[in-house]
Amino acid sequence: MYTYSYFPGCSLHGTAKEYDHSLRLVAGKLGVELQELEDWSCCGATAAHSTDELLALALPARNLRLAAMTGRPLLAPCVMCFNRMRVTQHQLENPARRQAVEAILAEAAGRPVGEPATAPSQPPVEVLGLLQAFGNDEMLAAIEAAVTRPLKGLKAVCYYGCLSVRPPEIVHPDSLENPQVMDRLIAKLGAEVLDWPFKTECCGGSLALARIDIVLALGRRLLSMARSVGADCVVTACPMCHSNLDTRQKQINAKFGESFKLPIYYVTELMGLAFGYSASDLWLNKHLTA
Amino acid sequence: MLTFKADQPVAGNALLRAIQEQSGARVQDCYQCGKCTAGCPVSSFMDLMPRQVMRAVQLGQADLALHSSTIWLCASCETCSARCPMEIDVAGVMDALRHLALARGIQPAEKNVVLAHRVFLESIKRLGRVYEVGVVAGLNLGTLHPFANVVDVGLPMFLRGKLNIIPERATRGEVKRIFVNVKGT
Repeated sequence: MYTYSYFPGCSLHGTAKEYDHSLRLVAGKLGVELQELEDWSCCGATAAHSTDELLALALPARNLRLAAMTGRPLLAPCVMCFNRMRVTQHQLENPARRQAVEAILAEAAGRPVGEPATAPSQPPVEVLGLLQAFGNDEMLAAIEAAVTRPLKGLKAVCYYGCLSVRPPEIVHPDSLENPQVMDRLIAKLGAEVLDWPFKTECCGGSLALARIDIVLALGRRLLSMARSVGADCVVTACPMCHSNLDTRQKQINAKFGESFKLPIYYVTELMGLAFGYSASDLWLNKHLTA
Repeated sequence: MLTFKADQPVAGNALLRAIQEQSGARVQDCYQCGKCTAGCPVSSFMDLMPRQVMRAVQLGQADLALHSSTIWLCASCETCSARCPMEIDVAGVMDALRHLALARGIQPAEKNVVLAHRVFLESIKRLGRVYEVGVVAGLNLGTLHPFANVVDVGLPMFLRGKLNIIPERATRGEVKRIFVNVKGT
């Protein structure tokens, strides 16, 4: 049905490999073909845009160039990668920036400096996140049809986080403050999707490396709210959100005397369960909070 | 350092001009409503509120803004930018202030945050991709907390096969040359 260039990014080849694995399973089931972008490199994430404007553009631009040469739209399920590539495309609409970045890339790749990164007639590659690729009406119908084991009785809150909704003029969410696209998808799986006010609140992201205290405090707020609305689980499409809520849940419990036991699922994992795959098929044992 | 000219000439102090040139954000439009601060998930950990950083930039108080913990604790969630009634890209201002602070060699108020960025980028530079185990090890060595998160988080992740032992890499040298070229401009 669809063929995408697939940009897994560092997380989906590392700490979020269960996201990569479950995505490949459900994409296969839905007839979506994923062709991993050859020789992809890191998008630079928070570290690059916090320290160097040009580097923050050059790193995603290298991948955008590789993707443009495939002629296919690019699926970047990690919302950090998705966001950085969308922002880079937007920033490179400025001719001065574009020229500077193209010169850097050409030189690094050993191409003549004047050669444009993409042919002028070539349209910019379409960059899609997981929710863009699987949340449209056509895919929702296909998802609904693929459900063999509806997730009846499961109460889920959808956690969009920051990067899939902001900046809104660049990532174009269906709503800035109250997005519905993931809610609709999870509802198609038969789960009961609960409303909650923290859909687009921040988990602290990469502060997990240097200021764990902040990430634990933000995680506690999020988990408390999820619990208070009666959720059995939290659903996300973001490896940072997943890591900060799943991997850190034990630390949150220890630090604040809490007793959270809320599984955090990737969207693709719940899709996989509803499509009839088992927990071990989906590598759910990789989660720290079961 | 390469800077990009704003579309319109900017009046005001040197800091204001530098920040607008780099971020495109019209900081002078801020009327201190505080919406950025109200929605900021990290504000309670900051020394200056985001609103105060905006005011410092308006007033040209570079010392105040560039030495604040705020610029390094900003998680780039962009809630402030999305909600600003004057459509000022507050998060973009934070990025521009970080860049300026680094360019001026200012000792960051949150040195571990900067160290984490450096270690992370070093991994990309060497391998083209982030090697998560190496990043945490590098950070733990740099902060002199060699066993931070090892028992609680690292070990369980390792046992579940979430940590790669062998780093992956993209084409040897190309990404490294991007880093070198960026610094050379």
